[in-house]
Amino acid sequence: MLSSITSRLSRNISVFNGRSFVRQFASASAETVNIKLPESSFKTYKCDPPSLDIEVTKDELLRLYKEMAVMRRMETAADGLYKSKMIRGFCHLCTGQEAVAVGMEAAITEDDAIITAYRCHGFTYVRGGTIHSILAELMGRKAGISRGKGGSMHMFSKNFYGGNGIVGAQVPVGTGVAFTQKYLEKKNATFILYGDGAANQGQVFEAFNMAKLWDLPAIFVCENNFFGMGTAAGRSSANAQYYTRGQYIPGLQVNGMDVLAVKQACSWAKNWTTNDQGPLVLEMVTYRYGGHSMSDPGTSYRTREEIQHMRSTKDPITGLRQRILELGFSTDDEIKKLEKEARAVVEEAVAEAQKEPQPDESEIFTNIYAKGTEPPIIRGREREEFAVMNQ
Amino acid sequence: MQTSRFTLLYRNFANNIYSKPLSRNRFIHKAFFHATKKILQTSGAPAPAPAEGYLPGVAQSKFIKSTQEEALKNSELMNTGVANGETKKMNMFQAINDAMGIALTTDETAVIFGEDVAFGGVFRCTLGLAEMFGRDRVFNTPLSEQGIVGFGIGMAAVGHTAIAEIQFADYIFPAFDQLVNEAAKYRYRSGGLFNVGGLTVRSPCSAVGHGGHYHSQSPEAYFTHTPGLIVVMPRSPIQAKGLLLASIRDRNPVIFLEPKILYRAAVEEVPVGDYELPLGKAEILKSGKDVTVVGYGSQLYTLENAIKLAEKDIPGLSCELIDLRSLSPWDVDTVANSVNKTGRLVISHEAPQTSGFAAEVATSIMERCFLRLEAPIQRVCGLDTPFPLIFEKFYVPDMTKCYDAIKEVVNY
Ligand SMILES: Cc1ncc(C[n+]2csc(CCOP(=O)(O)OP(=O)(O)O)c2C)c(N)n1
Ligand SMILES: [Mg+2]
Repeated sequence: MLSSITSRLSRNISVFNGRSFVRQFASASAETVNIKLPESSFKTYKCDPPSLDIEVTKDELLRLYKEMAVMRRMETAADGLYKSKMIRGFCHLCTGQEAVAVGMEAAITEDDAIITAYRCHGFTYVRGGTIHSILAELMGRKAGISRGKGGSMHMFSKNFYGGNGIVGAQVPVGTGVAFTQKYLEKKNATFILYGDGAANQGQVFEAFNMAKLWDLPAIFVCENNFFGMGTAAGRSSANAQYYTRGQYIPGLQVNGMDVLAVKQACSWAKNWTTNDQGPLVLEMVTYRYGGHSMSDPGTSYRTREEIQHMRSTKDPITGLRQRILELGFSTDDEIKKLEKEARAVVEEAVAEAQKEPQPDESEIFTNIYAKGTEPPIIRGREREEFAVMNQ
Repeated sequence: MQTSRFTLLYRNFANNIYSKPLSRNRFIHKAFFHATKKILQTSGAPAPAPAEGYLPGVAQSKFIKSTQEEALKNSELMNTGVANGETKKMNMFQAINDAMGIALTTDETAVIFGEDVAFGGVFRCTLGLAEMFGRDRVFNTPLSEQGIVGFGIGMAAVGHTAIAEIQFADYIFPAFDQLVNEAAKYRYRSGGLFNVGGLTVRSPCSAVGHGGHYHSQSPEAYFTHTPGLIVVMPRSPIQAKGLLLASIRDRNPVIFLEPKILYRAAVEEVPVGDYELPLGKAEILKSGKDVTVVGYGSQLYTLENAIKLAEKDIPGLSCELIDLRSLSPWDVDTVANSVNKTGRLVISHEAPQTSGFAAEVATSIMERCFLRLEAPIQRVCGLDTPFPLIFEKFYVPDMTKCYDAIKEVVNY
């Protein structure tokens, strides 16, 4: 990790006018450093790589750290709530993959769009969903981000098109979103996420072709966590170099366990596509620590040692913590405090979300058709109404 | 205005649930009871729900053959060679596994494929088969439903036996074209030169207690609307084994939908030998003279309980319960004969009502038995909404709704 940061760190205090209190203020927040990412951060396919130099501020690093820490806490809380049967249904956690969502969001603006599959809690959080609304959704409460009607796989927010449960279906959908950005001549891009397993759905290739044909600002992002349920990537994919699978679309493989590499790659990709250079395929090499979903212990198709090894050598949160410590941006104690805050925020959200009521029963019939266009009766209702009227 | 209607509807649920005869009945649908109570607590945290994933109470059903004697006392088994043979305790996923084992043993061209099937599959239906028959006969596919079904069609067109698993029936839709346009019409459009009779697509379907939008749907009617396909849904281990073997060997492409909530719901004494149960034939599970009640799959157990309750509440009432088993083709004669006797028909399924299979049954019976009908035919189905996550207990055609419908045709 140390070697990855150049000793030529240019520590320049950007907001500095000589007065000491400003200097102090500056060193507490806006001090920028130039970090050199390791060469191994990227591998390219038919394009030049992004720069390995990335400029960051202390503030930003601490923010990224906290976001990842909160995300992990939130997923841990979801795990607990599921096990105590407060969360029903199918629930997929992103523990281990935090750097992808956090790094991506750090690189884009809220006018850029994201769409992903069912492993969506982390993305919902970075896209502005509150922890409260995410946990409430998981527990099927009225205050949930989808009014308690979606559950784990169906979460949405502004410019975040979900949360999609059918593997691969979101990929052409995201391509359509990207088309509107081009049509409206916006300098925005759509990040379309899918897994290493999903990469084999025919729809993915159909979307690739359309995006390239029309040069859309579509950034296809394969989150390669090495498994699609129990199947290892190499056993499902004839070519497991996912960043090369766009054939005629340039690609970039990214160390998805390093939030800064992810950020750099996403900034680069956005810049590429919004300059009308057409779509890209990014492969975020990452790892999920838990099982595929809550009903999968996740240890029958890989060894505990493998998981432990990834945790201890590749963890995105530990990695960033080391970087922060090495830069002297924070002390161990300060980071512990951040961790504590993250835990407190999540614990409070858990407690609050649990108090939320379930949606009204009338919600059974809402959001199916546009308001005012519903059929006069929704079949299946008459029986009960008949019974009621005859009471 | 809507709200007050729903409040009423809601109270009605509550009244039904707490009314004496119901709460005394030991067959009360526990999960429904629980969910209703949960929703009754309008504020505060609901208590955690009980374990689900299998249908409670099925094991006590009269239709479950838990002894060898009961299992073999079945006229359909008479000519199959297993009538006097050995039986073994199996629940439904084991019986399905057993059927596939026999299919692979008796047919060298038979292979099984699908997502994670070599590891046993999500519901363990293919457990151990890869080890037993080799990875060239039981293999994992990429995540690619359209590919899986199309691939199976190709194999079957050559004359091989392709047994494909679609992990959940909700994921069959990416393969919809392959099933509807390719599999169903292969024979027709090649003028009989080719057919895909060797293709069987198995898929777990229907509610499971907490599946939500994408792990709960019952898509049978999309396929019964497609000439050229056979659609089957079993209700129990013995049925599943015999119907699956028949489906695999049938010379038409078959969609075999397995109610996932039944996989571990009950154990039957399943004949260990090789036997088939007839496709296109309904089975009368209980005879009666006043009301014909028709269902299939897991819904039969709800109907069994509803009938029990109705017969208790209405002295002298006797209902006939029919399991359709095959939906395409379906056994109009058995149902029509029954309705000609009873004059009343209630049909129930979990899929939404509009354009559901019940509509087909109701129309055909109306055509055949118009003058014999004593009451309008009743359909008790899922609501015309997406399959809900937290409102599942309101969505499903539960015992109370079925009971109501029986009462209604009786009192008409
Ligand atoms: C069309 C479809 N087929 C199958 C499934 C069941 N399923 C859900 S996730 C999954 C594995 C996906 O793996 P991957 O794309 O690598 O994503 P990851 O879970 O690793 O994030 C499968 C088979 C589904 N949801 N939709
Ligand atoms: Mg994966």
